[in-house]
Amino acid sequence: MSAIQIDKTIDARGMACPGPLMNLIGAIRQGQLGQVFEVLSSDEGSKTDIPAWVAKAKHELVEVVQDGDYAHFVVRKAR
Amino acid sequence: MGAEVVILGGGVGGTIAANLVAKQTQGRAHVTLVDATGIHVYQPGFLYVAIGQEQPAALQRPESQLLRHDVSLAVDRAMRVDPAAHTVSLESGRKLRYDKLLLATGSRTMMGEVPGALGAYDFYTMAGAKRLFKALEAFKQGTIVIGVAGIPYKCPPAPVEFAFLLDDYLRARGIRDKTEVKLLSPLNRAFTIEATSKLVQPILAERGIELTGFFNVESVDPVARTVTSLEGETMGYDLLILVPPHRGQEVIEKSGLGDERGWVPVDKNTLKHTQFADIWAVGDTTSIPISKSGSVAHYEATVAAAEIAAEVKGEAPPAHVYDGKVMCFLETGQGKATTIRFDYDHPPVSPAPARRWHWAKALFNKTYWHTVPQGRLP
Repeated sequence: MSAIQIDKTIDARGMACPGPLMNLIGAIRQGQLGQVFEVLSSDEGSKTDIPAWVAKAKHELVEVVQDGDYAHFVVRKAR
Repeated sequence: MGAEVVILGGGVGGTIAANLVAKQTQGRAHVTLVDATGIHVYQPGFLYVAIGQEQPAALQRPESQLLRHDVSLAVDRAMRVDPAAHTVSLESGRKLRYDKLLLATGSRTMMGEVPGALGAYDFYTMAGAKRLFKALEAFKQGTIVIGVAGIPYKCPPAPVEFAFLLDDYLRARGIRDKTEVKLLSPLNRAFTIEATSKLVQPILAERGIELTGFFNVESVDPVARTVTSLEGETMGYDLLILVPPHRGQEVIEKSGLGDERGWVPVDKNTLKHTQFADIWAVGDTTSIPISKSGSVAHYEATVAAAEIAAEVKGEAPPAHVYDGKVMCFLETGQGKATTIRFDYDHPPVSPAPARRWHWAKALFNKTYWHTVPQGRLP
């Protein structure tokens, strides 16, 4: 992982529903412009869902890092 | 003197737990359940009230009728918990001391948090469901939009289910051909669960229900009759039905027991508060990122009750912990339904929609009063 300042981590490992993306959307809705959110997800679907939503909602996908059986998604609230 | 066990909230989780703790401690604990109204409400029925298929009175019973005789009911509002002093202050001025505390206060809906949305309809409260039914009865033609204005919300499949039931309702009234039904989903599919979405999306298309993905409602313009998403899209409507934003109860927020939205952080298996050893939480109340639903509250309550009872009796913690089990029914209209089942280790599965699942749901709804609150179902 690079040295990015994370404002909030959402540990959604092992969760299928409501799902890591829904938790990210909830956090972004409550968050401030420029804040950085990290989602930990072991759900394979997150690899397509999270980047697709971040692109549609015009936020910034800072990085995606695989760590064993789960992935870190780092997202900056961009608007 | 036995241990004092206090349970806040007379919904499904609190009621099951109160009955089970009293039963399992066999006189070694005194259980007090605090509920602001003293009326137990079966919330999964709101959906049916909104389309005129259920009477509001059938969804409510006095909480006192659902509790064992050895559980004390305090019809009062919990105002503040002091975890250091082990006390709960009630609105009446009464103060309860506890040795073990279970938070089962659930969630509240906050339509006012969405700019412009106060006039939107919903089926998340009894009052909302009754008001929506009146609006639907007066509706003759136009565009009905169903959207989601906050995450997390209770019963993730409910908007999809409501769209199907609404389609049936409009057909029965003979106005379906004059009505557009649009479903706005927070995700790029019908609903959170991929397997179930794959099953229901073709049925939505077949019924002419237009699905728009990645539409998280952010604001409403009630004059222009438009709804705008967090993602930047705007859509027109004649009748707007929204899933309101949810948050935890005020008592949780005032007592500093929850996060910024009032959800209580607990261990996802034992349901014990992450900071306080004598406090547990179940159901909507927790911050566990899992469905807020009656079935979760039900399964969690049996675990929390066993944990509390074991501590009261000085026994080792029970081997059975909460495994993330969720089970729900999803009506797909035209007399059919499917089910969704999963846990922390098993991905969701849904059978093809069939009449028997619709009847199973109807049967569950009717027999609920005699089985679930008493803890008679595992």
